[in-house]
Amino acid sequence: MKISKLKKNTILKNGTIIDPLKNFEKKGDIHIQNGLIKAVGKISPHKSVNTIDCKGLIITHGFCDLHAHFREPGREDKEDLNTGSESALAGGFTTVCTMPNSEPPVDSPEVIRYLVERSNECPIYIHPIGAITKGQKGSELTEMGAMISEGAVAFSDDGLPVSDSGVMLNALEYSTMFDIPIINHAEDDCLKRDGLMHLGKTSTELGLAASPDLVESNMVFRDLELSIFTGARLHIPHVSTAKSVDHIKTLKKKNNKISAEVTPHHLYFIDEDLSSYDTNLKVAPPIRSKDDRSALIKAVKTGVINCVATDHAPHTIEEKEGTFDIAPCGMIGLESCYGAVNTILHHQNKMDLLSVIKLLTVNPRKIIGFNEDLFKVGTPAELVIIDPNQEWEFSKGNIFSKSKNSPFVGKKFKGKVHSTIVKNHMSFHK
Amino acid sequence: MKNIHLLGLKNYPREDIQTIIDTGYRFKEVLERPIKKVPSLQGKTIVNLFFENSTRTRISFELAQKRLSADTVNFSASTSSLKKGETFKDTVQNIEAMKIDAVVMRHPTPGSPLHLTKYIDAIIINAGDGTHEHPTQAILDMMSLHEKFGYLKGLKVAIVGDISHSRVALSNIYGLQIMGAEVTLCGPSTLIPTHAEDLGVKVNYNLDEVIEWADAINVLRIQRERMQGGLLPSIREYRTLFGITNERLESHKKEVVILHPGPMNRGVEIDSAVADSDQAIILDQVLNGVASRMAILYLLLGGKQEKEPK
Repeated sequence: MKISKLKKNTILKNGTIIDPLKNFEKKGDIHIQNGLIKAVGKISPHKSVNTIDCKGLIITHGFCDLHAHFREPGREDKEDLNTGSESALAGGFTTVCTMPNSEPPVDSPEVIRYLVERSNECPIYIHPIGAITKGQKGSELTEMGAMISEGAVAFSDDGLPVSDSGVMLNALEYSTMFDIPIINHAEDDCLKRDGLMHLGKTSTELGLAASPDLVESNMVFRDLELSIFTGARLHIPHVSTAKSVDHIKTLKKKNNKISAEVTPHHLYFIDEDLSSYDTNLKVAPPIRSKDDRSALIKAVKTGVINCVATDHAPHTIEEKEGTFDIAPCGMIGLESCYGAVNTILHHQNKMDLLSVIKLLTVNPRKIIGFNEDLFKVGTPAELVIIDPNQEWEFSKGNIFSKSKNSPFVGKKFKGKVHSTIVKNHMSFHK
Repeated sequence: MKNIHLLGLKNYPREDIQTIIDTGYRFKEVLERPIKKVPSLQGKTIVNLFFENSTRTRISFELAQKRLSADTVNFSASTSSLKKGETFKDTVQNIEAMKIDAVVMRHPTPGSPLHLTKYIDAIIINAGDGTHEHPTQAILDMMSLHEKFGYLKGLKVAIVGDISHSRVALSNIYGLQIMGAEVTLCGPSTLIPTHAEDLGVKVNYNLDEVIEWADAINVLRIQRERMQGGLLPSIREYRTLFGITNERLESHKKEVVILHPGPMNRGVEIDSAVADSDQAIILDQVLNGVASRMAILYLLLGGKQEKEPK
C-alpha cells in the first residue's frame, strides 16, 4: 500500500462535506496544514499548495472501529499492528480499538504500554482494549486503574464471555470509578454447548450441531440488568439476534450508559448462506436467520443499535482450510465494511447517508469518549473520502490484512472508500 | 446419472434413485450366483477413506467393490492423528496423487465430502458425514422397502429413536420424500431436531399412534452417551416410551415391517424377539446394502459413461 506524506498545505477541493457531529452536508473544501485542519468551507486557491480534486466525492470523519483483532503480540502470522493498520486504511478507518485476546492476553499495564508504544509507529490510531479478568479466565479482575493510565480505552474478555454473574457484577461495579465501557461477549456456554451455527432449518438440513438465539439474548439480558443495577457503562458487542434487540430496546431506557454495536456480516448474511459449509462464515456469535437480520437492520435505523464494528478477526488459510468443526471462528472485516454496510443500509434499506456515516464515526467515538469534532480547526486531520454510489466487486486484491478469510470476496458492493487521511499521511484506494 | 458424486440425497433426482434401486436388483441376482463376481469395474481403483470407525459399511463397500472387480485400498485414520499434524487436505491430496478413480469417505464432520470436492477430482461417495447424511444407507433402506412392498410412493414410514444425532434419519427423510413416501419421526423430544417439521415430516411422541399409522418402522440405535449428555434420563425410561418391544407390537392388531440400520442394541431400542421375527427385514437390508452399493459404484464409475482409453 502506498501511503504518502501530505504536503505542508493540502486542499481537498470541491467535495461534499458531511459533518456527522453537526449534522450538515454542504459543498466545499478543506484546508489541511501540517496535518491539522486549517479551514473548512470555501477556500480560494493558493500557489504552492497540493490540491486534491474531490468533485463528486464525500469528505467526512475518518471511520472508527471499536472491535478488531490485530493479533499482536503472539500471532503475528495472522496480523500485526502494521498490516492491521493497512487493512484499516483500505477500509477508511483512522482509529481502531483492538481486542485483548493476544498471546499473552492484554491483561496488564505492561502489555498496554507495549501496544501503545508500538501503535505510535503505525499509520493509524490504535487504542488497546484491556482484559476484564486476568488471563481472560473469568475470575480475577485486572488492574483496570493502572491499565487506563497506560492507555486502555475499554475492557473486554473478548471472545470469552464472563460467565460467572458475580464476577461480571464486580467488574461493572469496579468500572464505575473510571466510567469506562465494559464489553462482554454475550454467549451462554452452557446453552451453546458444541453449537457450530445458528439453530434453524438450515442447521437441521446441514446436520451441524447448532445452538439457539437464546445463547446470546439470555446473557445480554443479564448484562443489561447488571449495568442498570450498578449504573456502569456497558457496551454490547456484535448484537446478532432479534431477542437481544428487544432486551436492549426495553432496558437501555433505564441506564443511558448502555450502547450496542452490530457487525457488517450480521447485517449482510443469513444462516442459509452457510449451505456450502464455508468456514469463512463460521463466526461467534453465528450468522443468524433472515428475521434476525431484519431486526438488526431495523434496530440500526431506529437507534437501538448505536454503531457498526467489524470484529475483524484474521485467521490463516491453513486454519480456515480445515473442516467446519475445527476451523476457528471469525472473518476479517475492515476492508469490506463500508461497501457492505452502505450497500445494505443506504442503498437497500434507504437509510440516509449521514446516518450511515454516523454509525462509523461520531457514534463509536462517543461510546469510548474520543474527540468527536474532527472538523474543528487545529484538530489533527482524520478524514475519509468516499464515493457512496460507486459499484465494485470486492476481491482479494482489496485485502491488505495478512489473512484473507473473507466471505465477502466476490460480492458486489455499492459505495467505496476513495482515500484515507490520518497522521499527516494519505492513502488512495481506487 | 445427473450428479458426478453421491454426497447426499437432498435434492437428488428421483429418476436416479429409481435407477440405482433397479440396478441394485440386477446386482442382487449376481450375488445369488455361485460365482459372485462381474468384471464391470476392472481396472478402476477405489479408496475407502475412513476417518471414523466402521465395520459394516466398510465391509459392505469393500465387498461391493470386489464383486465388481475394482482394485481397492483401505485407509483408516483417526481424526486425532490428523489433528497432530497432517491436515485433511494433505491426506486426501496425497491419496489422489496415487491416481485413483473414486473415494468412499466416512468422516465425523458434516459437510466434509463437499469439502473434499474442492481438493480432488475423483468421484466421491459419502459413506456418512457426522450427523449430516448417509445416502447409501438410505438407498439400501429404500431398496429393502421397495422389495418388500413393491412401491415407495404413498408408503408410510416411521423413523424411531435418536433423530438429532442420526445421519441415517436425515438421508432417509430426504430420499423417502423424493420417492413420494410419508415420513413420521418418533422419539424423545430432546433427540428430535427443534426444526424437524420444517423438513416436511410429521413428529409424534406417541409410539403407539405411530405404530398404528406406519407401514414400516426404521429403528435407530440409542447410544449410551446420550444419558451423560443429559438428553435422556435412563434406558428403562426410553424402553418404556419408545422401545420396539414384542409386547408392544403384539398389542397392535397389524403387521408392521421393521428395519434397523445396525448395529443393534438388543434389549435397548429393539427386542431380540422382534429383531429375529419375520416382520423384520434387517438381514435383507444387509444383503441389499452390498447390491445397492454395487449399483451406485457401477453407475457412477462405469456404466455407459466410460470413455475408451486413447
